[in-house]
Amino acid sequence: MNRTSTPVVAPASGAWEELVTAALLGTERRIPPGGAPGRDAPVALLDAAAAETVRRRAGLRAARAAGRPEPAAEDPRPALPPAAARRLALLLADRPGTGGGGRRGTAPDLMELLPQWLAAANARGFAAPPQALPALLDAARGRTDLRPAALAFAGPRAVWLARLNPDWRFALRATPGGGAALPPPEDTEKTRSLWEEGLFAERVALLSAIRAREPAAARELLMTTWPTERAEDRLMFLDSLRAGLGPLDEPFLEQALADRSRNVRATAAELLSALPGSALAARMAVRAAACVAVDHTGDAPMITVEAPHECDASMERDGVVAKAPAGRGERSWWFGQLVEATPLGTWPARLGGRTPGQIVALPVTDDWQSELHAAWCRAAVRQRDPEWARALLGTPSAPEAGGPGAVSLAERARLLGTLSAAERAEWVAGFIAAHGLSEAFQLLGVCAVPWSAPLGQAVVDALNIARDAGSYPWSFSGVMGLAERCLDPSEGSRLDALLAIPDETEDTSPGAGGYWAEAFQRLVTTLRLREVMAKELDAA
Amino acid sequence: MTQQGVRWSADQVLALAPDVASRKAGSRLGAAGPWSGAGSSDEGAVWGLCKGSGSKPYRTVVDIADAAAPAYRCSCPSRKFPCKHALGLLLLWAGGDGVLPSGQAPDWAEQWIEGRRQRGEQKRTAGASHSSSGSGDPEAARRRAERRAERITAGATELEQRLADLLRGGLASAEQAGYGLWEETAARMVDAQAPGLAARVRELGAIPSSGPGWPVRLLEECALLHLLDQGWLHREQLPDGLAATVRSRIGLPGTADGPPLRDRWLVLAQYDTADARLTTRRVWLHGTDSNRTVLLLSYGAAGRAPELALPVGLTLDAEVSAYPGAGQLRVALGEQFAPPAPAVTRPPGVTTARAAAHYGEALRDDPWLDSVPVTLDRVIPIPDGDSWQLADADADAALPLTSAARTRPGLWRLVALSGGAPVKVFGECGHRGFTPLTAWPERAGEAVRLC
Repeated sequence: MNRTSTPVVAPASGAWEELVTAALLGTERRIPPGGAPGRDAPVALLDAAAAETVRRRAGLRAARAAGRPEPAAEDPRPALPPAAARRLALLLADRPGTGGGGRRGTAPDLMELLPQWLAAANARGFAAPPQALPALLDAARGRTDLRPAALAFAGPRAVWLARLNPDWRFALRATPGGGAALPPPEDTEKTRSLWEEGLFAERVALLSAIRAREPAAARELLMTTWPTERAEDRLMFLDSLRAGLGPLDEPFLEQALADRSRNVRATAAELLSALPGSALAARMAVRAAACVAVDHTGDAPMITVEAPHECDASMERDGVVAKAPAGRGERSWWFGQLVEATPLGTWPARLGGRTPGQIVALPVTDDWQSELHAAWCRAAVRQRDPEWARALLGTPSAPEAGGPGAVSLAERARLLGTLSAAERAEWVAGFIAAHGLSEAFQLLGVCAVPWSAPLGQAVVDALNIARDAGSYPWSFSGVMGLAERCLDPSEGSRLDALLAIPDETEDTSPGAGGYWAEAFQRLVTTLRLREVMAKELDAA
Repeated sequence: MTQQGVRWSADQVLALAPDVASRKAGSRLGAAGPWSGAGSSDEGAVWGLCKGSGSKPYRTVVDIADAAAPAYRCSCPSRKFPCKHALGLLLLWAGGDGVLPSGQAPDWAEQWIEGRRQRGEQKRTAGASHSSSGSGDPEAARRRAERRAERITAGATELEQRLADLLRGGLASAEQAGYGLWEETAARMVDAQAPGLAARVRELGAIPSSGPGWPVRLLEECALLHLLDQGWLHREQLPDGLAATVRSRIGLPGTADGPPLRDRWLVLAQYDTADARLTTRRVWLHGTDSNRTVLLLSYGAAGRAPELALPVGLTLDAEVSAYPGAGQLRVALGEQFAPPAPAVTRPPGVTTARAAAHYGEALRDDPWLDSVPVTLDRVIPIPDGDSWQLADADADAALPLTSAARTRPGLWRLVALSGGAPVKVFGECGHRGFTPLTAWPERAGEAVRLC
């Protein structure tokens, strides 16, 4: 650098390119301008390149700015208390896939606490710390069940971020408004143009938003373009009418029963059958009532079932699927669909003025009971009828409630969903007291969090009994996990007696006592942590 | 420390973790459940018994009296350092749930803390006497230095020859020659006791496969390597400062013998880079009064976190001493006068244009410099095709982000923090672009780590 580089040849932009070309080809083949061939040519090239490199670097300037994105909308909610913000960072650091794993020991499972942390933070109306949003969105991306709460907490800035990162596109779909600012309700011009020109996600969001505000307006908007929509889109749009469904939707849904697409027809029929006053429901009631009657000829009244012999065109038009799945008889398949779509209010009148409870208690001829009761269950869930749900659930302590009765556990869980939170908890508590925990997992899943005192007590007692019976705790790991998340933290003190390792007797499984103590310890730890978490959020 | 000092945040504790798995395992243990007999002392020790899978709980104790270099001891068999128990204990302490009562350490913890502090004292007195008596025989040391200089000279000469051969045959052939050639040359430079040259040569080997534009980058790096060779071979003719820079770039050890500078040093950033053998931790500090930005380096064997740990956002009342060399920002941490305290101050910032100019000026002192530490004021991260920029809020100028910064999760934290509004960003600005390391929101708010 002390020989040829001074004085430097004019720093034309071409000089550097010449050097690069010469270097690429080699000085044997190419001599850069101003250089001399020979043994020193490579050194001269290096000298010149060194000077040029440093000059180029020293001459770097800031570039012109690219287009700036519109700033994110203000989040008016207050910031989290500092301790709660730290807690959030910890919960998010425990995401699955971030390493670790293996046996849990007595440490709480932090990721499982995230949903209720989010719910608590949302209930108190806090804003998410912006720097936590990427981790929060990543967590919600992996777990769809987290999304609604996570996105509500994440607020407008998450939607803004999602428009910049394709990984988080789900936030645009899931958020009302689809990321784009929805036009104000009174601006019909903008609403119409967004509906006609928007992307699919934006249109679904627009429709849902209007539906939530003004059900009839959403339906009318949909009807303006209905014939020109693609079949998949029609299905999605129709599905968004599920919210705020009312008798006024009936004419439109009736019309959709004649749709070209089978899925659209089925959805329209399903929606209509949830409207007890609809013409379709009445048609179904006529069909179903013809199949079911009370037979008084025996010692006691019995329900007799005569399933339909054919599935005619009018039934198909009303959404009855003609082809039975493999392994099912056609007639029982049709029958089930008819009863399911029939308003439950039809039955007391049809069956001798009996109450739902009396109807369910009637014996059914020829093994039709499970078919009929299952269809009533589906109807009770679809029509959200608590009286029928109560009747079909029966008393929790009845022996058949624990076994594989006419109503499966999954159906029972769905039926419970139609009852009030308190009634649900009471029923499940009674069930656990009578039948233990082995079948309770699904039922516990539909109970409101935190569990009511009687339910919590029933679960703890049942766990205690299971321990004393000598089984291993991992047979109950599902219920244990639920208890960690759902037990009221104030119940923690009642568990202290369970933390000690009990003496082994001859009928206990070897070592089980220690594992139980560990499992209870984790339960207590998690409850304490939840209590602390709630306090942190209240610290503002 | 727990009383007069500051509790760390969970983030700061988790930054100590040697890897992601430890982070996760540690955060699970950061709750009261598995712990018993835990406590903390006013002198800055935290201890506890952690129930593990065995019958005996692990004894975990952490000494945080010197917040810059916490020490850990745990009876668990883990080879991670710090282990998950130490991390969990610190998280528990950071959480401040009141589960760590202040008190007297139990014997098993006290013994270790005492022993550690005594050894520290001894080392300090020994160190003092060592430096006063000088390093043994000065004559022998001089001869050793001479022999090493001769070897480096031989190595640099050989390297010059190789570079000349390369340029004579053309860089295009380097693409075919592949990695082996450079590895061999790097090994020769290690033999020549010039680790700085060896590292640069090794990096040359990776360039031909680094994508479009590689000939330009290869020529640049060859030219700068040539410049360094020439700097060494002609070091007698260079000004003292530049000669010292060349020595440090070649890889000769220096001693931090600059005059001690006391200031309130704000910790701007801390991040680790690791290769197969070594984890290097870089800590950037900003002097509140001197307005100087300096660098602390700390090393750890692979799989172990380096000892020095300075959580971002704290201020350190301490002395630092610079290592020799013009334009060199590295310092050694000297005496600390008070435990680190959380800072409300932020470093003053500049515009993007000023930052680019600052890098250019710094090249005068050290032409091999890849980047300089800069704080940008009121910049907005904006997407630019596949890339990102930091643009001035008040001018039509922007710095591109480096390709490495584009793929880090920190980018999204920065974007989220900004939300399209101006933020203050500290980072490294160089010829590859800007690497953001820490950001502050426009309004009041804590520093957000981006690295």
